Amino acid sequence: MIKTDAIIIGAGPTGLFAVHQLGIIGLKCEIIDNLDRAGGQCIELYPDKPIYDIPAIPECTGEELTNSLLKQVAPFKANFHLNQRVEEIKKENNLWILKTNKGNIFSAPNVIIAGGVGSFEPRKLTLKEAEKFEGSQIFYSVANKNIFQNKKISIFGGGDSALDWALELSKTNKVTLIHRRSEFRGAAHTLSEVKQKEKEGSILIKTPYTITSIEGDKIMTGIEIKHEDGKLEKIKTDCVLSFFGLIMKLGPIAEWGLNIDKKTIPVNTETFQTNKEGIFAIGDICTYPGKLKLILSGFHEGALAARACFKRAKPNETYRFEFTTASKNIHDRLGLKK
Amino acid sequence: MPKITYITHDGKKNTVEVPTGLSVMEGALQNNVKGIDADCGGSMACATCHVYVSENWLNKIEKIHDAEQDMLDMAYEPKKNSRLSCQIIVSNELDGLEITTPVKQT
Repeated sequence: MIKTDAIIIGAGPTGLFAVHQLGIIGLKCEIIDNLDRAGGQCIELYPDKPIYDIPAIPECTGEELTNSLLKQVAPFKANFHLNQRVEEIKKENNLWILKTNKGNIFSAPNVIIAGGVGSFEPRKLTLKEAEKFEGSQIFYSVANKNIFQNKKISIFGGGDSALDWALELSKTNKVTLIHRRSEFRGAAHTLSEVKQKEKEGSILIKTPYTITSIEGDKIMTGIEIKHEDGKLEKIKTDCVLSFFGLIMKLGPIAEWGLNIDKKTIPVNTETFQTNKEGIFAIGDICTYPGKLKLILSGFHEGALAARACFKRAKPNETYRFEFTTASKNIHDRLGLKK
Repeated sequence: MPKITYITHDGKKNTVEVPTGLSVMEGALQNNVKGIDADCGGSMACATCHVYVSENWLNKIEKIHDAEQDMLDMAYEPKKNSRLSCQIIVSNELDGLEITTPVKQT
């Protein structure tokens, strides 16, 4: 069991800045995220899109913002627990005990939920039959490409994941790339490689087509796709790879006994505490009168929540407000040389 | 105030008044219209406000841009008349607009 002062759920910009705010007032924290890297929506949804409303930063991309925040919180040496989702939360005496789907257990007087709109999950095919082949013949990500050797593969999607895997798997397989329109939004150089493979005959491109059904009872034998003009076509397929990006799901948070209002958690604006003592919510996931879903609001919310955490983490100490410019304590915590 | 009709995939109609200048997505959220999630809050980053626009209205709406088209690739069952409702801004010209929400957005 990992014991700490505060557990942050969500490593997006708001969660990252909360690490900083806890760190400068001398609190330790652990940070948990379902994705395989920090950055949240910034890194998953718009890594290359410029953001123009971060105070004092006229323009930066989601990736740049994430990297700057990681650099800013580096002195505090917070542990990141990625690729895992908090499944359970319960209270023992004055402490919250959290368990992730990887079996890690944490204990702290404070939990800060900075979960955005929930955890990211792959967007799945809408066809009902898709469920029963998921993991055996239908995949939304590739963990081990060797299982695809000498298989007939159909890949859906128009972005980089679809193009990259079409290229990679075409080395050893017959690949059909299916997309709902003729334009692909993946990187231009990847697309030209894919088009080259199409000429050579190792990739078959089918546009504008969408999937209409999956054939086979115990084993998927093929799929049926529909052209924009309504014409149907069958394709023999051993495996389907579908890349329609990620969707956000509130997930287990909804079952923790917190008040939830339209997928957001009401908080008081003095401490950002939820209806549960010691559980705070900041960033896009919290709501209060006048709430703006801006990164800068998440920073402010984290600063206040961190101060509220202090009282629960160190009940016998008095919190004293200090500025980073002048405080020797803060300079020590930042690891600055004297 | 312009009236916008939100139709669920199984045909239930819900007509609400939406102030000009708001998006069709915001009109749905403010009136608790189900079927439009808008997870990203209107930053064209999630495709959960995807709607089908009835044919007779399609050409009255400002033309679709590349970024919106790219995002629609991620939507559930996009069609030729698909749009992201966060990108449709309500104006007096759109009074009476009818949109349908897809099956998977409930």
